[in-house]
Amino acid sequence: MTMARGFRKPSVLPGFGLTFGFTTFFLSALVLLPLAALVLKASAVSWPEFVSILLDERSVASYRLSFGAAFLAAIVNAVFGFIVAWSLVRYDFPGRRLVDAFIDLPFAMPTAVSGIALATVFSPSGWLGQKLALAGVQVAYTWLGVVVALILIGLPFVVRSVQPALVEVQRDLEDAAETLGARPWQVFLRIILPAVLPALLTGFTLAFARGIGEYGSVVFISGNLPMKTEITPLLIVIKLEQYDYNGAAALGFIMLVMSFVMLFTINLVQAWGRRRQAGMGR
Amino acid sequence: MAGAAPRTEVRALSRGAHVTRAVLIGTSIAFLGLLLVAPLGAILAQAFAKGWQVYLGSFSDDDTRAAIRLTLLTAAIVVPINTVFGICAAWAIAKFEFKGKSLLITFIDLPFAVSPVIAGLVFVLMFGAQGWFGPWLQERDIQIIFAVPGIVLATLFISFPYVARELIPLMQQQGSDEEEAAITLGASAWVTFLRVTLPKIRWGLLYGVILCNARAMGEFGAVSVVSGHIRGLTNTMPLHVEILYNEYNFVAAFAVASLLALLAILTLVLKSLVEWRSGRTVS
Repeated sequence: MTMARGFRKPSVLPGFGLTFGFTTFFLSALVLLPLAALVLKASAVSWPEFVSILLDERSVASYRLSFGAAFLAAIVNAVFGFIVAWSLVRYDFPGRRLVDAFIDLPFAMPTAVSGIALATVFSPSGWLGQKLALAGVQVAYTWLGVVVALILIGLPFVVRSVQPALVEVQRDLEDAAETLGARPWQVFLRIILPAVLPALLTGFTLAFARGIGEYGSVVFISGNLPMKTEITPLLIVIKLEQYDYNGAAALGFIMLVMSFVMLFTINLVQAWGRRRQAGMGR
Repeated sequence: MAGAAPRTEVRALSRGAHVTRAVLIGTSIAFLGLLLVAPLGAILAQAFAKGWQVYLGSFSDDDTRAAIRLTLLTAAIVVPINTVFGICAAWAIAKFEFKGKSLLITFIDLPFAVSPVIAGLVFVLMFGAQGWFGPWLQERDIQIIFAVPGIVLATLFISFPYVARELIPLMQQQGSDEEEAAITLGASAWVTFLRVTLPKIRWGLLYGVILCNARAMGEFGAVSVVSGHIRGLTNTMPLHVEILYNEYNFVAAFAVASLLALLAILTLVLKSLVEWRSGRTVS
């Protein structure tokens, strides 16, 4: 079957014009046009002003926090998310299905609710905050709080990416390796990890990408001190509240570019995973 | 004697595996308990800190009621529109082959990749007082930003991909043989959709609608940017939670938050039910 030369391959099914037309119209009006408005607004800002907004001390501090905290949180999630996914796939224990359903809670929970709940738990007078304070660690209103919020938000991405990959791992390879005298850590490093690595990386990147843009769950626990605990999305909101539209558009543009870079990275990781899988299947 | 050595080794190994199992499950439960259950517990503890009476009393406040109404109204507008969009997009993408299809799918996913704050910002730049259409709208006395239409637009944007995303892979996997048969036998397009396609996709559709609704009711960042936070007028439930919390009115803040948490739990329960009905195990 070769592709017809036209725009679309002929089909007996009706409704292409209507559904395709509505889809592209709605998508353009609601998503593409507004995003284009942001790009236009940012490009209307003069170059020196644009650079001075982006390289402003306060902006740079916010990038460092947003990216640093999102990266740290994604690493913690890669480790613990893997352990959780492993426990859910490989072991049967009472309440396993309940735990499995609970993993999606951060997706379903409004971010503001997660935010005030975390701030309460980790505040110096909160359940966990009190105990951590005894150990001299303060989480709420420090950069650590931002990391904790982003761990919560990113967790489902890692678990849900790794779970199906773990199901696919060939158990007979593990058994063979064990029979041939491989130690458990060798089986893990040489057989299991290579098989789930693309999925783990995908989950890591998804969690990282989400963490960079996250707002609601962070602003309550972070304390929002300029230069210290101010994430980039919050800085955009502050600039908007001060009617500094150029500043908001310039920072928004940079974040939009980052989103595209992350989307591109995720696609690369997934394509790499598919190639690897095809190679291993042979 | 010769046979004893391997047996001990097997037993030692299985004991090791047993310990590993216990440690890994324990770590998982502890991690999830700390991260998911403790905050959930905190919401309930704070909401009921002063007893049932005060908890229920929080909902008799006019502003709180207005916030609940606005959230319900927004979801009632946004969810049907995005459901129709999702079905249309899935039909066009899954049933036909055309150029640029993967680009279209990437574009549909865009709202997931963009920060919620950006989702609000773009509408301020379009319809705000200094925005592209700002002067035109002002002349005609139409207010979108800091008003309900802006909230609806931002929510539409942010919950845009959910239904389409559930339906596209499902309909691609199901193929279109049955639809083609129905059409060839003379069924109209509408009847084919209602009698052939809809029964096949109903669980996936329901799943997408549930997720779309949860996001529409719970959105904070995007709505926060466009709302203007006018009490009783442009405050949705999540925004009202923020205001009450910042006013140290913790019982009321967590009472409203507990409603949203209930919505989240309900969403998870429905989601599990749908997964169970449609025979899916891992989403």
